[in-house]
Amino acid sequence: MVGIITYGAYIPRYRIKTEEIARVWGANGAEIAAGLGVKEKSVPDLDEDTITMSVEAARYALARRDIPRDAIGAIYVGSESHPYAVKPSSATVGEAIGATPVMTAADFEFACKAGTAGIQTCMGMVMSGMIEYGCAIGADTAQGAPGDALEYTASAGGAALFIGNEKPIAEINRTCSFTTDTPDFWRREGQTYPSHGGRFSGDPAYFKHVQGAAHLMLEQMGTVPSDYDYAIFHQPNAKFPRKVSKMLGFTAEQIGPGLAVPRLGNTYSGAVPVGISATLDVAKPGDRIFVTSYGSGAGSDAFDITVTDTIESDVFNRSAAPTVEELLANGKYLDYALYAKHKGKIVMQ
Amino acid sequence: MSVPRYWRKQQNRYNLKGNYCETCGRYFFPPRVLCPDCRRDGKIVDYEFSGNGTVRTFSIIRTASDDYDLQTPYAIAIIELEEGTCMTAQVICEPDEISIGMPVKRVFRKIFSEGDSGVIVYGTKFVPA
Amino acid sequence: MREVAVVGVGLTKFGERWDTSFRNLFVEAGAKAVEDAGMSGDQIDEMFVGNMSGGRFVLQEHIGALIADHAGLTKNHIPATRVEAACASGGLAFRQAYTTVASGMQDIVIAGGVEKMTDVGGSETTDALAGAADREWEGLAGATFPGLYAMIATDYMNRYGLTREQLAMVSVKNHRNGVHNPIAQYRKEITVEDVMRSTLVADPLRLLDCSPVTDGAAAVILCPMEMARKFTDTPVKVLASSQASDTISLHDRRDFSTLDASVAAGRRAFKQASLTPKDIDLVEVHDCFTIAELCAIEDLGFCVKGEAGKLTEDGQTAIGGSIPVNTSGGLKSCGHPVGATGIKQVCEIVSQLRGEAVGRQVDAEIGMTHNVGGTGATVVCNILGV
Repeated sequence: MVGIITYGAYIPRYRIKTEEIARVWGANGAEIAAGLGVKEKSVPDLDEDTITMSVEAARYALARRDIPRDAIGAIYVGSESHPYAVKPSSATVGEAIGATPVMTAADFEFACKAGTAGIQTCMGMVMSGMIEYGCAIGADTAQGAPGDALEYTASAGGAALFIGNEKPIAEINRTCSFTTDTPDFWRREGQTYPSHGGRFSGDPAYFKHVQGAAHLMLEQMGTVPSDYDYAIFHQPNAKFPRKVSKMLGFTAEQIGPGLAVPRLGNTYSGAVPVGISATLDVAKPGDRIFVTSYGSGAGSDAFDITVTDTIESDVFNRSAAPTVEELLANGKYLDYALYAKHKGKIVMQ
Repeated sequence: MSVPRYWRKQQNRYNLKGNYCETCGRYFFPPRVLCPDCRRDGKIVDYEFSGNGTVRTFSIIRTASDDYDLQTPYAIAIIELEEGTCMTAQVICEPDEISIGMPVKRVFRKIFSEGDSGVIVYGTKFVPA
Repeated sequence: MREVAVVGVGLTKFGERWDTSFRNLFVEAGAKAVEDAGMSGDQIDEMFVGNMSGGRFVLQEHIGALIADHAGLTKNHIPATRVEAACASGGLAFRQAYTTVASGMQDIVIAGGVEKMTDVGGSETTDALAGAADREWEGLAGATFPGLYAMIATDYMNRYGLTREQLAMVSVKNHRNGVHNPIAQYRKEITVEDVMRSTLVADPLRLLDCSPVTDGAAAVILCPMEMARKFTDTPVKVLASSQASDTISLHDRRDFSTLDASVAAGRRAFKQASLTPKDIDLVEVHDCFTIAELCAIEDLGFCVKGEAGKLTEDGQTAIGGSIPVNTSGGLKSCGHPVGATGIKQVCEIVSQLRGEAVGRQVDAEIGMTHNVGGTGATVVCNILGV
C-alpha cells in the first residue's frame, strides 16, 4: 500500500527570539510571543536557501533508509522561496542525491501547502505504477516584510518525504483536498515580501479550509478525532492549529508532538512536512495520524496515516538522522542586525 | 566564470565524486584524469567519497573578494577525507570552534552566487561531526 | 654552456604609482638597466618579461610586444616574450634569459618584470591573486591567497611551536632593512607590537605579515661572461639558475610547511654552483607573507625545519647576522609588484655584490635569490657571485 518510505527534516541552527524582533519595532515582545505562541524562530545561515535545506532533508531521509537512487522517479519541491524564479530547485536536489537523470521533477507553489501537494502527486504516480519512489519536499526560507506581523514567525526549514509502495513505515490510507479562490495572502511576481489580508486570513481562509478538508476526511473515512493518536495541522503560529484542533475535537495531546511552531516559527511549505517528521520521530507501529495542511489562496490537503511495523524494522534506521527535537536544540541566537544580514534585508551596494 | 565551468563540476562539488587509481590505490579529490604516480600505467576509477574527514590545517578568512565578502569571517580548512586525500573547503562553525584534528562531515551549501541575477553555485562544505 | 654575467640593472620606485602606467613603468626600469650597462638598446638581441596578470590588472595581454614596442625595441624586431608563473614570473624571465645566453642562442638579453596592481580595487586584486593557486578547487572554495599561507602558518605553528611574536619579527627585520632601500615602498621601521596590533587578514596572519599591493618594474641585462667587461667593470656572474615545480594546490602537498619546490630548486642551484648554503653570504627570499620567509630559510637549507623563527629572533637573518635575509626589505617592506619581484631580487644581490647597497651593505661575494609562484607550485633560485 502507498505510504511514507522514509523521511528527513532540516532546520538551520540560527534562531531569533520574538522579543528581539519586537524590540526593534518598539512592540511588546512578551505580549506578541504569548499571542502567537511563538517564542523564537529559525533563521537560515548566509549560505542556506530552499535548495540546500531540501538537499539536507532528502539526504537525512536517505540516511534512514537507503533506497536505490535510480528507483526515485519523481522529485517535487514545494516552496514559496525557490532561489530561482525560473530554474527548478527539484533538479538540483535530484543531482545532489544522485537520482538524476531518469526522473521527473518540478517545483510546486501553493503558498504553505506546496509540500503536501507534492505528497499527493507522488502518491498518484506511485499508485498508478508510473514510478517506484517519489520524493516530496516542503521547504522555505520564509519571507516576512520588516515590521510586518509575519516577521515574528517567518522562519526556515523543511522536510522530505519519500513515497512508495514497498514496505512503507507509514501507510497513507486516504488523502483529500478542499480548495477555493480566497486571496488571504499573496506575493506578486518580482516582489520581495508577501502581502496578506490581516484578519481575513483567519475565518474565511485558514479555518474554513482546514475544517473543510478535515471534515471531508473524517466523513470519507468514517472516523472521529479520538480514532487518531496524533494530529498535525498547518501552523502559521501556535494559536491557529490549537484553535482549529479544538473546533474539530482533537486534544492538545494529539497535536503536541507535531506542533513545532513555538520554537521553530512558520516554515511555510515546510510546516506540515516538519510536523509529520516530528510525529514520526516518536510514533509507534499502529499509531494513526491525522494531517491537514493549509495553503493561502486557498486550500487544504488532508491525510489519514497509519504507522506500520516497518518503522521499527531492520530496513529503517530512525536514529540515522537527527529528530526534529534534536534539530531544534542548541540553536545559536542572533540579534536583529545579524538576522537582517542573514535574511538579506540589508540593501548592499 | 562561465556557467559551463560550474556545471561540468557539479557532481564533484555536490556529491564529492572523485576517483582513485586502481593500480596504486591512491584516491583523488578533486579528481584527476591521470595518476601522478602511475601515469599511463594507472587505471582511474570513479569514486564517491564518504564526506567524513578531519581538519589538517585551517585559517579564518577576514578579508575576501566581493563574492565571498558577506560570509566573512569564515573558516577555510584543508580537510583530510577518511579515504586519505586532502581537499580545501569551508568549515561552518564559529571562528574559535575549529581546531586541527577536528572531525568534520560534509553538508550541502551555497558556495557563492554571481550577484543577484547570475547563477548560484552550490557545493560541499563541512560542519563539525 | 657559456658563463653568463649580469651587466646592468634597473629598478623603478616601488609603491602606489598613481601617475605612471604599466608600460611606462617597464620602460623606466629597462632604460635604467641599459644605461647601467653602458650600452645602447640596439645591442639587445632578445627580451623576456615576467608579468603575472596584465590581463586582470590592466586588461592587457600580449605584454611582450607591448613592452618591446614602447621600449623602442621593435625597430630591430627582436623576439620579445612574456613569461608567467604567478609571483615567480620575474624569476622565470631571468632564468629564460640566462638559458638563452648560456646556450649561445643570443648574446645580449634583457630580463624584466612588471606589475601594475593599483588600477583595480582591492576585491579584484584579491580575486586576481587567488589565481596564483588552484582557482577551481582552492579559490572557488573561498580560500584567498593570504588564507592559503595562513593555513601553512597554522600547520607550522602547531608543529614547531613558532610563536606569533617570532613571526612578527620577520616583518620588523624586513622593514628595518627597507628603510635604507631608496626604491622601497615602505621606508619605515615597525615594531613587533605594530604587527600584533594590525588587522587580522586570515588568522593567524595580520596585515603587517602580508606583502603589500605594489606597482613597479625591474630589469637586468645578461650577456656572456667573456663579453661582460666591455660593458662594466663589475660584472656579476650567474653561478646557478634553477627552477622547480610542485602541485598547484596546497592540499595536495606532502607536507604543508615545506615547499618541496623550494627544496628542489635550492638543491639544484647549489649543485650547479658546486656550493652549499654555508657559502652564501646573503639571500633574497620570497616573503610574500612572514611565514613564507621562515619556510624559505629552512627549505633552502640555511637551518633545519622549525628553527627559522629562533634564527630570526636571534638576529641571525638581520644585516650583520650569519645569513642576512632580504636586505632589500623583502616583499614586505620593498613591495611586491608580483611579476617584477624575481628581477628585483637579482637587482638587490647585484647591488650588494658590487658594493653599492648604501646603508644596508653586507660584506658579500656570493648571493642567492628565491622566488615563489603561488604557494610553492613554482620556485626559481639563482646564485650570483663576484
